[in-house]
Amino acid sequence: MNKRTLAALVLLCASPLFTAARAEPVAETLEIDGEAMITEAPAPKDPPGHPFDVVKSGWLYREPDTRAMEADSFENPGMLNVERGEEVWNTVEGEAGKSCASCHGDAAKTMKGVGASYPKWNAKAGKPFDIELQINACRTAQMKAEAYKFDARDQVDLTAYIKHQSLGIPVKIDLSAGDMMSWWQTGKDRYYLRTGQLNFACASCHEKNSGNYLRADHLSQGNSNGFPTYRLKQSNLVSLHNRFRGCVRDTRAEPPKAFSDELMALEVYVAWRGEGLSVETPAVRQ
Amino acid sequence: MATPKPRVKVPKKASAGEIITIKTLISHDMESGQRKGKDGNVIPRQIINKFTCEFNGMKVFECDLDPAVAANPYFEFNAKVPESGTFKFTWVDDDGSIYTDEQKIAVN
Amino acid sequence: MMTRRRLLAGTATLTAMAGVAILARPAWATVEATEAAIGAFTGGKTPEPGRITLTAPEIAENGNSVPVTVEVDSPMTEGDYVASVTILADGNPNPEVATFHFTPLSGTAAATTRIRLAKTQNVVAIAKMSDGSTFSDRKEVKVTIGGCGG
Ligand code: HEC
Ligand code: HEC
Repeated sequence: MNKRTLAALVLLCASPLFTAARAEPVAETLEIDGEAMITEAPAPKDPPGHPFDVVKSGWLYREPDTRAMEADSFENPGMLNVERGEEVWNTVEGEAGKSCASCHGDAAKTMKGVGASYPKWNAKAGKPFDIELQINACRTAQMKAEAYKFDARDQVDLTAYIKHQSLGIPVKIDLSAGDMMSWWQTGKDRYYLRTGQLNFACASCHEKNSGNYLRADHLSQGNSNGFPTYRLKQSNLVSLHNRFRGCVRDTRAEPPKAFSDELMALEVYVAWRGEGLSVETPAVRQ
Repeated sequence: MATPKPRVKVPKKASAGEIITIKTLISHDMESGQRKGKDGNVIPRQIINKFTCEFNGMKVFECDLDPAVAANPYFEFNAKVPESGTFKFTWVDDDGSIYTDEQKIAVN
Repeated sequence: MMTRRRLLAGTATLTAMAGVAILARPAWATVEATEAAIGAFTGGKTPEPGRITLTAPEIAENGNSVPVTVEVDSPMTEGDYVASVTILADGNPNPEVATFHFTPLSGTAAATTRIRLAKTQNVVAIAKMSDGSTFSDRKEVKVTIGGCGG
């Protein structure tokens, strides 16, 4: 890196991040192939203390072309991954000689609504599971296959396929099961914890500055209802934990480890913050 | 990169002489030859360089692609349907691979 | 609405980021290289304005995927049709983006694709008719980029 580029980077990343520009999210309804999605919902009341009156989908904060890409399932390149996920669902792997379909049959029926209710308490493991961990549990215990590594292509595509079966269904997680509330609390504490050279918490961007621009990015409430999400930046489907890690990296802090309890607690808390919004998987974002 | 998968959207029916809209998408990284990998070396170019659409063997639409076409190339274009028949779609990869798809349309 | 300051910051960020990580230090296509590519496509003619419309966003949310549409006014008959349309970008490492070829079976000379734009620049579309005449349209697309990673 030459000196000038370095100087430019330092300047850009350290200079006032939030510009004066502010814009209301668009007042539009998202219909995916004519099917209406819930992109605004009253904030969940239990437990009390939600920072917003109305929770809003990140879709409302994107530019028209990005929004249009999500509204047509054919034009949404994330659907290519969902189709790949379906192939993975039907592929026999592991010593038990089984595929996901061997036990769960037609995902359109058996997985409908499942993705909208995760993370979910798993009594055996004594912790919440997201879809990724549940897939790995089924792979190791039921299929006698190897667990996927964090963000393996098959893992992301299969997760998207499962979540896509809940398209349109509002997110609602069960915080009364097991020890979910203490994970929610840990997640909340992490959400408000300032870290990194920039000394930002998640809330600094997605609560205090939601609606403002972080340079060119119109900051949303940072909801998780569209994940895995097709990002134009990567030109690929991106997992929720990958997004979390990217957001932490943006504050120049060390991102939490893959599959860590820290990320899982954040996932529980962030899912709750966006309760009531339709599952949009695979959403399209910049 | 996983094997590229094409997706095509063509109406099933049309009236004779009708102009229809066709949409196509194929999963492909469109590696531009301009990016550096983690090891600091330039990742060699590998793109889809040609796309063609034929109807009953006749040329309808073609595109020559350069590395500035976005990953997962998307095309939307029109076709005039004179009779019942088959649309054939072909994508040509830099490595010589050819991916195809076919869709029938009935003229009533 | 986007402020001018935000635009400038966005452009500068992209340039800085591109130099670091995204691109292997390319020489940017110049306006001259683009003019040369236009000449190669038209056979040295200067395209006239009119008949072709290029639609592109004023602001692209991410330069990795920018939708562009071209439409050319033509009867699309055997005797009078649009033979091809080329798209060029004058701020990319190379100006060439894509070239569409039409036939009377295309029905209308219109096509949409998604392209990569490395920074704010002009996108140019040139149509070549079956009689050899050429027409062009151009649009400036502002390319922004967000946080330092994310
Ligand atoms: C420096 C500012 C910043 C911080 C701090 C930050 N983010 Fe983000 N985040 C962004 C930007 C910019 C985006 C993309 C635009 C948007 O949706 O807000 C984003 C997007 C997201 C999204 C995707 C939203 C969608 O609709 O696709 C989630 C989820 C998210 N952030 C969660 C978090 C979490 C959890 C934290 C704390 C660990 C965090 N973010 C911290 C800047 C930040
Ligand atoms: C041998 C049968 C078997 C196979 C093969 C299998 N599973 Fe399961 N799966 C189960 C059982 C039993 C449960 C419920 C108990 C549990 O959580 O382990 C379950 C639970 C689930 C759940 C949670 C459902 C809910 O309502 O919360 C998901 C998601 C899931 N499996 C996905 C998969 C995927 C994806 C695959 C393929 C990678 C797979 N399963 C393979 C037997 C199987």
